[in-house]
Amino acid sequence: MAILEIKNLHVSVDTEAGSKEILRGVDLTIRSGETHAIMGPNGSGKSTLAYSIAGHPKYQVTQGEILLDGENVLEMSPDERARAGLFLAMQYPVEIPGISVSNFLRTAKTAIAGEAPALRPWIKEVKEAMTNLKMDSAFSERSVNEGFSGGEKKRHEILQLELLKPNFAVLDETDSGLDVDALKIVSEGVNRAQVANDMGVLLITHYTRILKYIKPDFVHVFVAGKVAEEGGPELAERLEAEGYDRYLD
Amino acid sequence: MEQHSHGAGIPLQVRSERSRSVNPSDFPAISIRDEQWRYLPAERLDGLDRELTFFSGSLEGLSLKETTNESCGNIGLPEDLIASQVWALGQVKLIELFNGQETGLLTISNNASKQGLQFLIKNEKFAKNTVILNHVGSGSLAEVIEIDVADESDLTVISIQNLDDDAVITSSQFAKLGRNSRFKHIVVSIGGKTIRLVPTVTFAGEGASVEMLGAYFANGDQHIEHRPFVDHNTANCSSNVAYKGALQGAKAHTVWVGDVLIRQAAEGTKTYELNRNLLLTDGARADSVPNLEIETGQIEGAGHASASGRFDDEQLFYLQARGIPELEAKRLVVKGFLNEVISQIGSPELENELNALIEAKLEGKK
Repeated sequence: MAILEIKNLHVSVDTEAGSKEILRGVDLTIRSGETHAIMGPNGSGKSTLAYSIAGHPKYQVTQGEILLDGENVLEMSPDERARAGLFLAMQYPVEIPGISVSNFLRTAKTAIAGEAPALRPWIKEVKEAMTNLKMDSAFSERSVNEGFSGGEKKRHEILQLELLKPNFAVLDETDSGLDVDALKIVSEGVNRAQVANDMGVLLITHYTRILKYIKPDFVHVFVAGKVAEEGGPELAERLEAEGYDRYLD
Repeated sequence: MEQHSHGAGIPLQVRSERSRSVNPSDFPAISIRDEQWRYLPAERLDGLDRELTFFSGSLEGLSLKETTNESCGNIGLPEDLIASQVWALGQVKLIELFNGQETGLLTISNNASKQGLQFLIKNEKFAKNTVILNHVGSGSLAEVIEIDVADESDLTVISIQNLDDDAVITSSQFAKLGRNSRFKHIVVSIGGKTIRLVPTVTFAGEGASVEMLGAYFANGDQHIEHRPFVDHNTANCSSNVAYKGALQGAKAHTVWVGDVLIRQAAEGTKTYELNRNLLLTDGARADSVPNLEIETGQIEGAGHASASGRFDDEQLFYLQARGIPELEAKRLVVKGFLNEVISQIGSPELENELNALIEAKLEGKK
């Protein structure tokens, strides 16, 4: 049983007008196997939370802590965090020209596992994961994210999730820009990875649509950089009906 | 980290006014006071500027014919002392390319000092061909290459510099493009102590297009210099120049001077030139100078970009977020960056060899 704890997290970013505080005291605890949905209006700081957990240098933690099984995550570089078992499925994955998907996946797997995977079983595993996500095999020879459609980028993120087998996954608006079919395929991938690895999931979304396919155990409503309300799946149903209006005045 | 990036200011000497001659006595001794040699001290040239003998190394692959410099000069003329000395040797290797030929690889293997070698490459009308000139070995070699791209033809010339650590090479490569022809020039400079390439493109008819690509990686005390020049002297032609470099180590030095001249007659020209350099370590020096001279307002578009130094933070973060340490992430980005050009060679064997060499250099094993 692993545990990811976020305590009183305050995060700022540099803007042209000076430092601006985005997160204002976030508290969250996620255990193995649990799915937490973070919902909230645009600009509430959901993506900032995702990037802060992953260690993006643009976000400065000014107060609070993030602990993974008691270890101080904030002292780790982004790659150390990934090797410690954290994963961020990005909303806007960047292009890495000239590096093929297969080369990238093998390099990442080697870095996470600490040794190169045995070639034959690895190729088989990648192929199966791609088939499950309904990705064409030609995909593995394309450059990382280059010229990918929005849906292909999201599938590629979930492909990495399934292959790298993290303890905790943060999914940053993985549902955005997906049609219903793609949303279903991607959600099934997340569910498979959760079952296979007893993974804890932090699902960041603006809409309730994805919650039909990935069932949350807990729902946290994010407003103005902190959790405004918490509850079970029923809270999502209420948001579906009422929207975020009652949190915004 | 030293970074040098200049705007498209007025060049010290207008490129079109540079003197041309087949007579070595018309050129002064090489000096860093001369714009075209300002980054490259003569001491690094292993005597190529003093005296040359005709190439004694091996030429393997493509079939060659012997000719003399009397059949040369229609495409380009020497613009510096070394090229004029090559010309003065008189001997020329002729490569004739016809319709229906396949990719031709010529391995140019040198081991001697102060060698001169001249080529004339002719691609006949309607022909579509690729020629790979793979430079290997040691010693010092000065080359002059004329490339005749006939009307309606399509030619790719790839010049690979994969020489030993002590080798020196200078190469002036002139191409003239016929009406509606297409020319692609690819340069990959990885191995050699001193590498200086001056690829020049002019046009003999309307509707022609040229793409000039380059990839280079300097480490140790390598000096790698490229000076592409596109002379838009004819209407309705297009050019796209893109060179990418990586540097590692405090003494590595690269130079890119990209000249594009759009003459008065060249209405409807479309051109873009780009140079990007990634510096893996402090102290490495990448000079990058784009020059754009425009003599007519009636063009379709002209632009340039030059950037040296920084890695893309978002690319590095993405790779690090997948467990890949920062240094390895940078190496991976460099490999991809250069592979974008290398993967266009079209020979898996050569591509693998060059990528393996880049990997060894990145890991400090070469």
